[in-house]
Amino acid sequence: MGGLQKKKYESGSATNYISRNKARKKLSLSLADFRRLCILKGIYPHEPKHKKKVNKGSTAPRTFYLLKDIRFLLHEPIVGKFREYKIFVRKLRKAYGKAEWSGVQRMKENKPAYKLDHIIKERYPTFIDAVRDVDDALSMCFLFSTFARTGKCHVQTIQLCRRLGVEWMNYIITSRSLRKVFLSIKGIYYQAEVLGQTITWIIPYQFAHDHPTDVDYRVMATFTELYTTLLGFVNFRLYQTLNLVYPPKLDGQGEFSLKSECEEDYALESESYSEKLAALSASLARTVPSVEDEEAELDHFPAEGEDLEKMETREKMELEQNKQKKLFEGLKFFLNREVPRESLAFVIRCFGGEVSWDKSLCIGSTYDETDETITHHIVDRPTIDKQYINRYYIQPQWVYDCVNGKILLPVEEYFLGVTLPPHLSPFVEESEGDYVPPEKLKLLALQKGEKPQAEEDEEEEEEEEDDEDDEEEDDQSEDEDEAEDEASLAEMEEKRAQGKSLSVKVTPGKVKPENRMRTEQEEKAEEKRLAIMMMKKREKYLYDKIMFGKKRHVREVSLLRNSSILYAFF
Amino acid sequence: MEWYKDYPHIGYDLDGKKIFKPIRNKDELDEFLDKMENPDYWRTVQDKMTGADIRLSDEQVDLVHRLQEGKFGDVNFNEYEPAIDFFSNEVMIHPVTNRPQDKRSFIPSLIEKEKVGKLVHAIKMGWIKPRRPKETTPQYYDLWAKEDPNSILGRHKMHVPAPKLKLPGHEESYNPPPEYLMSEEERLAWEQQDPEDRKLSFLPQKFACLRAVPAYSRFIHERFERCLDLYLCPRQRKMRVNVNPEDLIPKLPKPKDLQPFPTTQSLVYRGHSSLVRSISTSPSGQWLVSGSDDCTVRFWEVSTARCLKTVEVGGAVKGVAWNPNPSICLVAISYDDTVVLLNPGLGDRLVSTATDQLISSYEEPEEVKEQPVQWTVAEGEGHEQGHRLILKHPKAVRQVTWHGKGDYLACVMPDNGSSLQVVIHQVSKRRTQNPFRKNKGLVQCVSFHPIRPYFFVATQRYVRVYNLIKQELTKKLMANCKWISSMATHPGGDNVICGSYDCRLAWFDLDLSTKPYKVLRHHKKALRSVAYHRHYPLFASGSDDGSVIVCHGMVYNDLLQNPLIVPVKVLKGHTITHDLGVLDVTFHPTQPWVFSSGADGTVRLFT
Repeated sequence: MGGLQKKKYESGSATNYISRNKARKKLSLSLADFRRLCILKGIYPHEPKHKKKVNKGSTAPRTFYLLKDIRFLLHEPIVGKFREYKIFVRKLRKAYGKAEWSGVQRMKENKPAYKLDHIIKERYPTFIDAVRDVDDALSMCFLFSTFARTGKCHVQTIQLCRRLGVEWMNYIITSRSLRKVFLSIKGIYYQAEVLGQTITWIIPYQFAHDHPTDVDYRVMATFTELYTTLLGFVNFRLYQTLNLVYPPKLDGQGEFSLKSECEEDYALESESYSEKLAALSASLARTVPSVEDEEAELDHFPAEGEDLEKMETREKMELEQNKQKKLFEGLKFFLNREVPRESLAFVIRCFGGEVSWDKSLCIGSTYDETDETITHHIVDRPTIDKQYINRYYIQPQWVYDCVNGKILLPVEEYFLGVTLPPHLSPFVEESEGDYVPPEKLKLLALQKGEKPQAEEDEEEEEEEEDDEDDEEEDDQSEDEDEAEDEASLAEMEEKRAQGKSLSVKVTPGKVKPENRMRTEQEEKAEEKRLAIMMMKKREKYLYDKIMFGKKRHVREVSLLRNSSILYAFF
Repeated sequence: MEWYKDYPHIGYDLDGKKIFKPIRNKDELDEFLDKMENPDYWRTVQDKMTGADIRLSDEQVDLVHRLQEGKFGDVNFNEYEPAIDFFSNEVMIHPVTNRPQDKRSFIPSLIEKEKVGKLVHAIKMGWIKPRRPKETTPQYYDLWAKEDPNSILGRHKMHVPAPKLKLPGHEESYNPPPEYLMSEEERLAWEQQDPEDRKLSFLPQKFACLRAVPAYSRFIHERFERCLDLYLCPRQRKMRVNVNPEDLIPKLPKPKDLQPFPTTQSLVYRGHSSLVRSISTSPSGQWLVSGSDDCTVRFWEVSTARCLKTVEVGGAVKGVAWNPNPSICLVAISYDDTVVLLNPGLGDRLVSTATDQLISSYEEPEEVKEQPVQWTVAEGEGHEQGHRLILKHPKAVRQVTWHGKGDYLACVMPDNGSSLQVVIHQVSKRRTQNPFRKNKGLVQCVSFHPIRPYFFVATQRYVRVYNLIKQELTKKLMANCKWISSMATHPGGDNVICGSYDCRLAWFDLDLSTKPYKVLRHHKKALRSVAYHRHYPLFASGSDDGSVIVCHGMVYNDLLQNPLIVPVKVLKGHTITHDLGVLDVTFHPTQPWVFSSGADGTVRLFT
């Protein structure tokens, strides 16, 4: 055996990983800066396969990064900026200590700042990558834009977040790419399809936040910094694809119509303009005056077999989507002041409806409550004093349910003071064996074009029939029970009668009715049981796990079904 | 005054003499009476210097009140007089002060000149530049205008995008279907769970209208947790294989194709009143003997389940074994420390008498050897019952087993550390030998090799195989289990199965390895006994869970082909009493039938 003896932990996985503290020292950054850098560059820890080997024999819990990742961070220009900032803070503190106010002033003016453009480009080399990852950015921006402008984070950040959020919503309205909306107890979920990517974000209900103490706002602020940059570039590019002016400008007519209104309420013109944009009631200006309603016809390619089928389904989907995009076209909505204005205006405008609200509620209302052409008035209170005859007074859930159902639902169930039907999540796609709530079945039937009333009746009838069947069965079983009871009684009596006579008795044999199917099934079941006995230990474990999961699923579904039946009766 | 609190004096006069405290002639009672009677008591103050009571005048009382209220003492003082600015914006004709102006206010400052000169020079030299206009709003542009596929870093191929958040289900709706709401019990259970264990992170709630929906208190928390997940969680690509559970089940030959094997319970032999520990069949297959804890041995006719004979012995019967030699009709019965060789007198009369003759024809050898076991011939009543020979052992005998030829009989007396745990008797010569000088561990059971002169001894964990002729250890089989309970040898002699108390059945292939070829964990509880069929490729195991599992265990003559082991039938019939189910199983010597005896006092036949 020649050669030097190999030392432990000098090759292999031990050299591929680096612990967090070592990485921090290698980059000579403080922990906060290191965290910031990781967030901005999208570096996350790695779980080594053999932790003990990587940890050089120790089993202490440690976070490991890939050494390659850390080397990648080494030549990041942002690191230099971090150091500069550190020095800046030190100088500033010194100047404060010496009370050199002019120096403080000068230094503050020359505060080092960094840009994240190159990081965005590097993390998302193609535009589609960026769009795919915009979910979290949106949720975060919308959350920050609802913060109060005191404490917690910079006012500029809040304003920027608000601006980007409004830009995004305006884009969604113009491109009509909203697909699903869901009112949850956490907030309102929106799902849009942008450039073929499904993007979901959540906006909290409009309330002041009760800021928790166990949340590190610095981490959130770092993320927001990254996300605002990302969202800005994405918005720019998206506006470009639609030939819209960026930063967004209101359409000429819209601008004109809005000009006359309560301008004097706002001190700054720019502020009133941004508010008008945020009102979401007017369309945006385009760089190229576009011809509306020109849709690219799908080219038809000759296709065969499966391709043809796929094509057909795709065409069908396309048609359905186009129909959904024009869901509220021709409808005129008026929002009462107690409904969430922004959300409803956004949703209605996304599907081509016109929307307005009370002038005193918010800037940007386009028509008054007295307008005779209003078709739907959205109210969220039990009654309303003055009602106009030629419009529906409905609750806000109708709008959301229509969007999710992709059809205009009958308004009767959503009138004022009526108990609302349940609001279902549009994100749940039931596969076979899952529980489908009865309301969903109803909706599916409606989508197919069946009449709701008749269907309901049928259902009821069916249910009744079922009940009858059940009762009959019950009766039968009871009868059987009784018969059995009688038989046993007779036996008892016989026994009594025989008294002390011998219990051994010759009775004529009975022919056992043999159920072919049943015996076959039993045989099969036994075969399976025996085969399961012969499984290997590992496979048996896996099999048991799968079967356990399946059984649990079935149990949950049956529980839901039972309780729904229970609620249907009481 | 407080300093002199504890002294009789209140200070010193000019001569340095003590000034004593004024004598106070009022005691508590006087004080009280004064308080009650004097209307001016409230405005009376004691002068501590003189000790006299002073009645405050109205002015003084008023002053006290004003001071208490935080007002000025002087009644006439107006605190809200209009302020008159001393300096004002109005230019007066007269200077405020009379001080003459400095010289430096007339002449230009040299220091300033120097400073300005420096700045001007710096500007001239281009050292000072005008301030750059500050960018307040970030500038956006088309970042992806030139998408260069070459600029994509290699690391992007390895990049694992963060998984998206799970989309909400019906239960998160503000107005969910009623079946998604939690019942009171579910809610309590939810509250008692740890936040990490909860299946839902929130309680489903129902609101009558959108107006009533409050803010979600954990919204910021959830966003923050998402942030933490994004930068702190290790990411890994996990290939989730969608396994069809049916594919995991091994494909075995159908039990139907492996017939014959016992399938149904056909006869129950009732009669014993306690657990039946051991059963054995006669070589012809016509009779069955069973030994029970009720101190009886019963002989049954197999085909009719009739009890032909009951023999009472002096203790709980631990083991019975029918002599496998068809020309001898002899049954070995062990109870306590005794082994009785019994001639039941069943079947062919000739065989029975031949056996008797064989035993009685024994002649004492010339030189009597010291034997560990005492051989006696049964006489009198015992003889009438069929007892022929009685062997008194030093310790309790647990198991008896015959050699295939029917001359040798091995007995097990388990006792840890003793050298006398296994004895082998030769019936024809009435000789006993202790084959082992020393036994390692507690011997559980023994068995003869059906063909070759080998002897298997199972201790708690190992099975040792001895060559009786060479008198040496040939093999030591590791059973991989905690405690062996029983053992059976394949009639071919190359395979051994061991049942253990930890629910395992180990199949050994002696040619292959000392480790089990296969370990079967079919039973739910401890195995009590195992048995091989003499002709058919079947083996059975009986367990405390009350079931007998019959397996097809085909051994091929071709050495290259592995034995085929397939469970073919689970036979249930015995009821579990005192946590004991099946205690012994044995096969019929010719038919594919299996007998089992249980703790419920029955013997059952499955055909």
